Amino acid sequence: MEAVVFVFSLLDCCALIFLSVYFIITLSDLECDYINARSCCSKLNKWVIPELIGHTIVTVLMLVSLHWFIFLLNLPVATWNIYRFIMVPSGNMGVFDPTEIHNRGQLKSHMKEAMIKLGFHLLCFFMYLYSMILALIND
Amino acid sequence: RYVIPKHFDHPQVETSYLLAVTSCSYPPPWVHPHSSRQPLIYFSPLDFLSFKKGKWQRLWLAQEPTLYRVLISSVNSMFFPLLDMLSSSASSPAPDPAPEPDPAPAPSAPQPSKMAKPFGYGYPTLQPGYQNATAPLNSGVPPSSPGYSGFQPYAQYPGMNQLSSSLGGLSLQSSPQPESLRPVDLTQERNILPTTPVWAPVPNLNVDLKKLNCSPDSFRCTLTNIPQTQALLNKAKLPLGLLLHPFRDLTQLPVITSNTIVRCRSCRTYINPFVSFIDQRRWKCNLCYRVNDVPEEFMYNPLTRSYGEPHKRPEVQNSTVEFIASSDYMLRPPQPAVYLFVLDVSHNAVEAGYLTILCQSLLENLDKLPGDSRTRIGFMTFDSTIHFYNLQEGLSQPQMLIVSDIDDVFLPTPDSLLVNLYESKELIKDLLNALPSMFTNTRETHSALGPALQAAFKLMSPTGGRVSVFQTQLPSLGAGLLQSREDPNQRSSTKVVQHLGPATDFYKKLALDCSGQQTAVDLFLLSSQYSDLASLACVSKYSAGCIYYYPSFHYTHNPSQAEKLQKDLKRYLTRKIGFEAVMRIRCTKGLSMHTFHGNFFVRSTDLLSLANINPDAGFAVQLSIEENLTDTSLVCFQTALLYTSSKGERRIRVHTLCLPVVSSLADVYAGVDVQAAICLLANMAVDRSISSSLSDARDALVNAVVDSLSAYGSTVSNLQHSALVAPSSLKLFPLYVLALLKQKAFRTGTSTRLDDRVYAMCQIKCQPLVHLMKMIHPNLYRIDRLTDEGAIHVNDRVVPQPPLQKLSAEKLTREGAFLMDCGSVFYIWIGKSCDNNFIEDVLGYPNFASIPQKMTYLPELDTLSSERARSFITWLRDNRPLSPVLHVVKDESPAKTEFFQHLIEDRTEAAFSYYEFLLHIQQQICK
Repeated sequence: MEAVVFVFSLLDCCALIFLSVYFIITLSDLECDYINARSCCSKLNKWVIPELIGHTIVTVLMLVSLHWFIFLLNLPVATWNIYRFIMVPSGNMGVFDPTEIHNRGQLKSHMKEAMIKLGFHLLCFFMYLYSMILALIND
Repeated sequence: RYVIPKHFDHPQVETSYLLAVTSCSYPPPWVHPHSSRQPLIYFSPLDFLSFKKGKWQRLWLAQEPTLYRVLISSVNSMFFPLLDMLSSSASSPAPDPAPEPDPAPAPSAPQPSKMAKPFGYGYPTLQPGYQNATAPLNSGVPPSSPGYSGFQPYAQYPGMNQLSSSLGGLSLQSSPQPESLRPVDLTQERNILPTTPVWAPVPNLNVDLKKLNCSPDSFRCTLTNIPQTQALLNKAKLPLGLLLHPFRDLTQLPVITSNTIVRCRSCRTYINPFVSFIDQRRWKCNLCYRVNDVPEEFMYNPLTRSYGEPHKRPEVQNSTVEFIASSDYMLRPPQPAVYLFVLDVSHNAVEAGYLTILCQSLLENLDKLPGDSRTRIGFMTFDSTIHFYNLQEGLSQPQMLIVSDIDDVFLPTPDSLLVNLYESKELIKDLLNALPSMFTNTRETHSALGPALQAAFKLMSPTGGRVSVFQTQLPSLGAGLLQSREDPNQRSSTKVVQHLGPATDFYKKLALDCSGQQTAVDLFLLSSQYSDLASLACVSKYSAGCIYYYPSFHYTHNPSQAEKLQKDLKRYLTRKIGFEAVMRIRCTKGLSMHTFHGNFFVRSTDLLSLANINPDAGFAVQLSIEENLTDTSLVCFQTALLYTSSKGERRIRVHTLCLPVVSSLADVYAGVDVQAAICLLANMAVDRSISSSLSDARDALVNAVVDSLSAYGSTVSNLQHSALVAPSSLKLFPLYVLALLKQKAFRTGTSTRLDDRVYAMCQIKCQPLVHLMKMIHPNLYRIDRLTDEGAIHVNDRVVPQPPLQKLSAEKLTREGAFLMDCGSVFYIWIGKSCDNNFIEDVLGYPNFASIPQKMTYLPELDTLSSERARSFITWLRDNRPLSPVLHVVKDESPAKTEFFQHLIEDRTEAAFSYYEFLLHIQQQICK
């Protein structure tokens, strides 16, 4: 059972890593002026909810399977994702708003956030991998 | 009298020039007669100064115990810019850390009355007998005379103690202090506001560059001395940014037609006066420092018809030029001028009666609409349904087509709704004559603005152009419907002001779609009730439109608003317009832009997409210093506005601004442009109040003053701790911030309708600096005693120039009449015991009691005082695009509050007076 949990987490984590990379690539495209803000933001906003769900599932899964340490590790990031989603002002077009992304260094902070998430997911990836192998051996 | 060597811009100055200063009698004629602390020491016959390593040093002192009045600041104002140019390590004078001992109003500086040759020749001309200095030539000239205001000529008054101690050491470094750095004790200075308008400081550049630099009306920077590093900027605690007015109506503009527009190959900067020519065939870009070739065509100068003088081409001689662009600058053939009018005809709108005024205005100005033979025009009206008008040539009368399916709007006849203005002129005139009476009996109260805008977008998207929307109520049907969000009980709340941001993203999305199709939406909101301008404004904000708001508009009950609409429309319909525009702002490597303010969509990092550009649009940009600017002494900014003129020409208007880089904090303070800084802060505060909260924004504004003044205080070491001291360049900063805090946009505690507040914010965001400053801090003049003293002549008319009064009720005497210029509105306040002669001569009524409550014009009377008053008001009006409405306000009339809310130096129940505000700041600093 344990192994199944971690296999799932591993897959989910892979997806999140890919998503982070996609975020970074798209944002840097915008930075380099390869795409315009409108299309960049509509691309990214599409993936905000899947990312949120993907990450929440793993977090809940860890809580259910009573992996306290991993749960607590995931909790801040999951909370941040949800907070960010809820706090979008009613007039904005999503977490990424084309009219504001170039203002007040938002692009940079989005970029930073995506980088941190990538690092975090990589860390999680190896943790799940290790736990999975451990679980398989124990089985 | 003092003498200045003439050829200071000669490279030889670096070695040693000597300057002689002659003596003057005591007391010097330009010392303020009532100043208690006059200079106490006499002056010696001669004094020599030499210039070494960026500082004037005294070579030699006379033996007599004397007072030195070293009038060298004006020399320095010519001198130091040059040095900045010569050596990259900024060699500006170290500011004198000593406080100015004489707090009296700055005496006017004597102008150099005689230019002398450099010292070698100059010496014999100085006779010891030159004892009596002549009176200053222009005692009326303010210290901020343009041309010198960077480092102004300013007589130094070294205090007794300081000077005698220095004399003891015989090593007095009379390091000059520019006027803009003179410390001003704010709490002691009673009349902080100068009596003449505040001019933009002139960047501290050498004379040649000064002449070439961009006019401050189009391009201003908050710091005219750019700090070398971000650390230095952080230390100064001042905002760094640009204020732009790129499409301003200009009287003179060099237009250049040439096959190749010379641009830098790597950063695409347009060639400008601040590039350097390495040799005849190569030029070095001043933004990225790349060396480029001069194309063959550029070698020929069409003005002088000579070859081989690329540095004399008009592009290199003017910092504001316009290029006629070739087809390389077009993605599609230049679009024709297309105008679409979308009009609310619901019951509410008919009741307000704006249609009559609009149609009348349009009929009058139909021929003056900018455009060429391809100009197209269309009309749509809407209530709960959308009405299109088929105006196709050949019809006997306009055909009305009604689309009632507002959930899925379609265009009934896509081809004949936008018609050629000239081919269908008769039909258009018929329609405009019929429109006001067409809906008089309507009972439809709903308004389907969202669907109407969607239809307008569909109609415009093939060509792009301008959509003018007239709306009179909250949209209540279809997409984009809005609910009332304002709680009238919260209007005067001091705590939270909610709903400053949009309620839905519908209008924003629509605006971005429009912007993508080169369509701008201009919004005219004429409502008597809350209409959620915060949401509606988005449609104009992001499509580069403009917003007009007429609260409680009614064509008969509110004649002043009706008059305002009429005047605004006249300007709106006839002013210049540019279509499918983009604006790019470039700056020297090391600087970067991070936030933009104005109405546009930021398409990529430095590219603003402007579907339309009009001459009344202003922009602001915030800058940061990413890399240290140590290896350069100048930075440049360039805005290039590419647009299609109404005649179908693709044009590029380029402005270039050049500013010096400085390395000391004192120099940064010396170059503050306080008006630009306040406008940028206002823009930032609007952003802050929408993204965070109004109280945050207010705190940030107060903190801006507290931080900058305390940062300045810590650079000036030997001050008493209790004094609130600001450099002269920043002396108006607290006053302006207080004015901002009392502005409709940011005030709390005073009842302010949400729409009024949001509109004030919109105006802050998109008005150019000149108009915004008047809105923030109106000008007050006393007009019952206008004289010809100091008057200027404009087109054979004598325009009196009354002094500015501070905005305080203390200045309003009952015997006087005052004119307040708030930018978009003029108030004339008549005191209760105002001279009857004035009332009769200017207003045309026998006495105070007979002046009507609502008076909005001055009669043309054939008296001297009437002529003066009218010529002054006309002159003020001529200086701005929107002709302001005049209100004559009697003392004791209910309209008085409108006038008195602008007296920002006074205390109100909810806000500080100016003096209290200063004390508050002082308290904060000491904390």
